[in-house]
Amino acid sequence: MVIVGAGGSGMRASLQLARAGLNVAVLSKVFPTRSHTVAAQGGIGASLGNMSEDNWHYHFYDTVKGGDWLGDQDAIEFMCREAPKVVYELEHFGMPFDRNPDGTIYQRPFGGHTANYGEKPVQRACASADRTGHAMLHTLYQQNIKARAQFFVEWMALDIIRDADGDVLGVTALEMETGDVYILEGKCTLLATGGAGRIYAASTNAYINTGDGLGMAARAGLPLEDMEFWQFHPTGVHNAGVLLTEGCRGEGAILRNVNGERFMERYAPTLKDLAPRDFVSRCMDQEIKEGRGCGPNKDYVVLDMTHLGGDTILKRLPSVYEIGHNFANVDITKEPIPVVPTIHYQMGGIPTNIHGQVVAPKNGNPSSIVPGAYAVGECSCVSVHGANRLGTNSLLDLLVFGRAAGNHIVDTLAREPKAHKPLPADAAEPSLARLARLDGASDGEYAQDVANDVRAAMQLHAGVFRTQASMDEGVAKIAALRQRSGAIGLKDKSKVFNTARIEALEVENLIECAQATIVSAAARHECRGAHTVKEYERGADDPQHPLGRNDAQWLKHTLWFSRGNRLEYKPVQLKPLTADSVPPKVRTF
Amino acid sequence: MSNSNPISSFLNSRFERVPMASKRTFQVYRYDPDQNAPPRMQTIEVDLDGSERMLLDALIKLKSVDPTLSFRRSCREGVCGSDAMNINGKNGLACLTNMRTLKGPIVLKPLPGLPVVRDLIVDMTLFFKQYHSIKPYLVNDDPPPEKERLQSPAQRDELDGLYECILCASCSTACPSFWWNPDKFVGPAGLLQAYRFIVDSRDQATAERLDNLEDPYRLFRCHSIMNCVEVCPKGLNPTAAIGKIKEMMVRRAV
Repeated sequence: MVIVGAGGSGMRASLQLARAGLNVAVLSKVFPTRSHTVAAQGGIGASLGNMSEDNWHYHFYDTVKGGDWLGDQDAIEFMCREAPKVVYELEHFGMPFDRNPDGTIYQRPFGGHTANYGEKPVQRACASADRTGHAMLHTLYQQNIKARAQFFVEWMALDIIRDADGDVLGVTALEMETGDVYILEGKCTLLATGGAGRIYAASTNAYINTGDGLGMAARAGLPLEDMEFWQFHPTGVHNAGVLLTEGCRGEGAILRNVNGERFMERYAPTLKDLAPRDFVSRCMDQEIKEGRGCGPNKDYVVLDMTHLGGDTILKRLPSVYEIGHNFANVDITKEPIPVVPTIHYQMGGIPTNIHGQVVAPKNGNPSSIVPGAYAVGECSCVSVHGANRLGTNSLLDLLVFGRAAGNHIVDTLAREPKAHKPLPADAAEPSLARLARLDGASDGEYAQDVANDVRAAMQLHAGVFRTQASMDEGVAKIAALRQRSGAIGLKDKSKVFNTARIEALEVENLIECAQATIVSAAARHECRGAHTVKEYERGADDPQHPLGRNDAQWLKHTLWFSRGNRLEYKPVQLKPLTADSVPPKVRTF
Repeated sequence: MSNSNPISSFLNSRFERVPMASKRTFQVYRYDPDQNAPPRMQTIEVDLDGSERMLLDALIKLKSVDPTLSFRRSCREGVCGSDAMNINGKNGLACLTNMRTLKGPIVLKPLPGLPVVRDLIVDMTLFFKQYHSIKPYLVNDDPPPEKERLQSPAQRDELDGLYECILCASCSTACPSFWWNPDKFVGPAGLLQAYRFIVDSRDQATAERLDNLEDPYRLFRCHSIMNCVEVCPKGLNPTAAIGKIKEMMVRRAV
């Protein structure tokens, strides 16, 4: 069994496998606790009902609506029903959740999470202060140590190995310390490589988030789904990109414009500052566009926590306090902090079913299982987040689908034991050829110069507000950058921990993700969730396309293929497993 | 827009940050075992445009000047623990070290006391081996309840100042006892986590955990020098946790 990636989803999957006694190899570019899950702050969504009445039906409804009806309702039901179980399990693993006076897990409000189908905000986010991802990632690593999972630390996976039948048989990987390349053969290969947030210039994401698993999948002929949908988090620190959790607003923080006005009251009378992220980000940009931004360039708004009191801030938001001090020179207990919408999360990814099995079109079936391949977490698209993810649903996604994929692998191998299929003779060829090209190219461009141009182009052409003309221009720019990425040079030829080589290899993954995003975006002629295009904007009262959403033509998933740079589409699953379907309606808050 | 509004007047005065261009000198430890040369200190001058708030930002600029310079980095906000190094003689995270706090030439070396893999990258095998040796996971053999195990807010508060460790190794590699006996002394990072599980109201293995540290080296090589406390980028206090474990040892002996 090969798992690529040791973040929350990879380690939740490896834990199931290791506990079942399977021989599992977990590869990671970084030591497991350095994976980007560590940076999640706010909480894990689960309808425990510890604070007030809640149930998974409410959570299900919120997630469907939050995702602007693009999410598959069978997967969403599965996730919301499993949520309490995976949170209790994590608590049993030792997760240091914050507590209520009665000893139960503390839950805070979060954007888009409501009681009674949108009636009022509900406290659903299970939190460890504002370090929930850190606490969760360390807890999962600790349990993996206990279960004796085998980690290959600082190994970078390069390519997926597929045979003539299209079966996935493992990966090639580079051991960073020695520069040696290996083949890792797996009866199953699970990708848990996280998102590609570094395709944008201003991002809350870690430097390692270069979409490696997506690049590998794209090169192996697998589609990438719904890549036009990128979440801008409303509260990235202005000029630094560092995230301030939505938990700030959960605890009562307020967004204000230059007049000190709580402008969200105008846009979302019920949920106010706790409307979903795509919605809040657009409102912030609207305020800035209309001249009510703050600062000398009027290019940000502020998040005001001064009324919460020092005790609450230091108890519930201690890291946010530190971030304010370190990255904005602001004491958040006394002063508001400048924020701008900042790229945060990729809703799309490698298409899978609810067991984490990778699916792709074959012989007329849009969701035919790719044997041997699994994907979970941010690199996957199951799709529970649709066109916009709700806060706290990402950590939940990692736990639910990491566990489900692990269980599915264990059950399948127990039911139908199988031997390794023979590897194709040229299994390592594509990877070795890429490395040889880099080693032979001393004069080409510096990898980071190309990467920075990709990021600048994506920021400009695929931002919060998009226009058709700008996206079309972006398509051409990224195509040109793909040519440049093929001519990157490598000055450092050392075998030992050659980070320049790693960065050059990462750019080949970045460019796949960037092209998937811009091509998918330019083709979607409507507004839905995080994808807002000026030409297609309409009022909420538009009889055909309320708020610009065109269900007649665009209630469907995008599939982008690297080979041929082409698109296909597949239907959205509107039928849940057992619940009543939530039919599309006008999305106001 | 009225200037009497507290937010607007505050903002307009406060955030007019004019980036200051400057040339800074770095002296960086360089070593690549793949090249036939001994370790050396390299002096590099870099033009900074003032947008480099933190040392990590400057290091990335440095790498664009000399792409062969190798260092670890990831989250750039002090939670992943990748970019610990020795900065002007003191261990810390590059991403949390504000450039304005660094005067004169900036001297960068790998964390002391561990084998160097290359440049600013050290081999952390011994560090993690010690962390693993304290069994860093909750032990509770009772069948789990259907819901969460209950824990009072006061019991949960006991974990504060412990669970936040990011395993960056700044502390252990600043500790003379760890330099001498990295194979035998658990070190401040591992001991902090040992106490994190000892003090967790849900954990049932306190006796075994104390047995595991009952040894002339594993715990008792700590002489309260407190370098760990001074360098911890998260403001944690391993010495205090170690003191509490020692106290428990004494108490159970009498």
